Amino acid sequence: MDIKELTIQSALEGFQKKKFTVVDVVRACLANIQKYNDDYHALLTVVDEKTLLCQAEKIDKTDYSLPLSGIPIVLKDLFTTTGLRTTAGSKVLEHYTPVYDATVVARLKAAGAIIIGKANQDAWGHGSSGENTDYIPAKNPYDPSRVPGGSSSGSAVAVALGMCLASTGTDTGSSVRGPAAFCNLVGLKPTYGRVSRYGIIAMASSFDTIGHITKTVYDNALMCEITAGKDAYDATTGDQQVPTYSQGLDGTLRGKTIGLPKEYFELKGMDPRVRDATQAAIKKMEDLGARVIEVSLPHTTVAMACYYILVPSEVSSNLARFDGVRFGCGRETFGLEAKRRVMIGTYALSSGYYDAYYQTAAKIRTLIKKDFDDVFTKVDAIVAPSSPTLPFTIGERSSDPVAMYLSDIFMCPVNISGVPAVNVPCGFVGDLPVGLQIIGPQFGEQNIYQIASVYEKATEWYKRTTPV
Amino acid sequence: MSDLLSPTEIEHIAALAHLIITTDHYELFASQLSSILVFISKLQEVPIIDVAPTSQVTGLVNVYREDVVDQARVLSQTQALSNAHQKHNGFFVVPAVFES
Repeated sequence: MDIKELTIQSALEGFQKKKFTVVDVVRACLANIQKYNDDYHALLTVVDEKTLLCQAEKIDKTDYSLPLSGIPIVLKDLFTTTGLRTTAGSKVLEHYTPVYDATVVARLKAAGAIIIGKANQDAWGHGSSGENTDYIPAKNPYDPSRVPGGSSSGSAVAVALGMCLASTGTDTGSSVRGPAAFCNLVGLKPTYGRVSRYGIIAMASSFDTIGHITKTVYDNALMCEITAGKDAYDATTGDQQVPTYSQGLDGTLRGKTIGLPKEYFELKGMDPRVRDATQAAIKKMEDLGARVIEVSLPHTTVAMACYYILVPSEVSSNLARFDGVRFGCGRETFGLEAKRRVMIGTYALSSGYYDAYYQTAAKIRTLIKKDFDDVFTKVDAIVAPSSPTLPFTIGERSSDPVAMYLSDIFMCPVNISGVPAVNVPCGFVGDLPVGLQIIGPQFGEQNIYQIASVYEKATEWYKRTTPV
Repeated sequence: MSDLLSPTEIEHIAALAHLIITTDHYELFASQLSSILVFISKLQEVPIIDVAPTSQVTGLVNVYREDVVDQARVLSQTQALSNAHQKHNGFFVVPAVFES
């Protein structure tokens, strides 16, 4: 058993068939944490070995009847965990130990998962590269001179380096799909309200979605069956029934219509090598039976401006509660990016500027959402690169906030309109992975998973594991 | 490009946001926030007459619950205080609002 190649699906089969035990898998994860974490900085907190092995032995002694029995997972450090330090990647919460579990954490535990540790991230989720962590930034396991993507940076690195079999993330503008794309993994940004936000430290409440990162589409679909669904503690969760996503992945792409947004493909900043890899993936989808047409998302050019008014506004409000009185350190502890976003939000919401900024952006949000609604009357899914570039080098964009913000131009509009999207690996340029984004209409996770799965089975890019 | 925000305005916004920005960061923030403002001011070009704002994307409105206490969600006093830096007789110690 090679832990870097092991999927949830094959681990569950291995447990059942007695090929290996949960203890074996947990030990293998701990060995990789020991081997890689000092260089790659994927995890901020690791649960102690004795506790983990005790949990693993207990599962080995009973049965493997739960959907995630004995599967070691890592949680992004925005996920509140009882008795386990939760930092949000910020020094403000360096010593914070929550007294309750997020709904998703409770559901994953109830499904038999073993929580092995908490992942590094851009502080509060503010970033596209992982460099805005208040700790040491994580590195890309395919090239350690490059960023792993953010903000769920450590979550992706931990899966790629075999420190766990799956991880959770949050996606407010790109934060699951980006790191999944840069680390050759599958990452879901669910529909807004599909997965409960209760107990997850808020970034921008009308944008935040709770996703996860895995090696394969099947694993991802399986996790979504557990995390998704109505939660009485989050009033924005929808009543829509949760399909058994992992059982609807087969078939072909015949009868599917896929839209390519012309505004995305016309973008000057797109790396031609990313464009080539994307076009090869689209050709593959055509070979698999899909009909491909050009579509238009006319407000793409203003989407980032809209995002960077609304999100910092909500950020400034959500971070206002951190006063260092009930928990955490004082506001002087915030890092530079958190301060920038709080200040932009405070300015956009302040008297005299509210109409010009916040109110205008909220109206443009309506137009961007309508762009997506209109396209989904014609197509089953939209396909585009996740990122317009390959993983960039550490430090390349960190002094220029606007350049960093533009890294997410194909992903943020998805959060503005609340629709789901999945990143699936679609090839390599040299040693660097390229990710493909498949976007569907609201609550259409089943459909994008199926398209992603058919494509994945025909290409199997996920099998190319990290060179280290 | 002349900065849209002056260091004095940075100081004012920081005060509104209860943030402490050290003086050596005033220039950096004035320049960075100004370039962000130039970037987001693109929005002013989009016609928005008769467009309603969106703040909730899935269309839910007025989601209610029963007005009852959910014991599973209630923290004990010890739990609530467990992360406080300063407590006194089972209460949080907060910064003084009025000067004595």
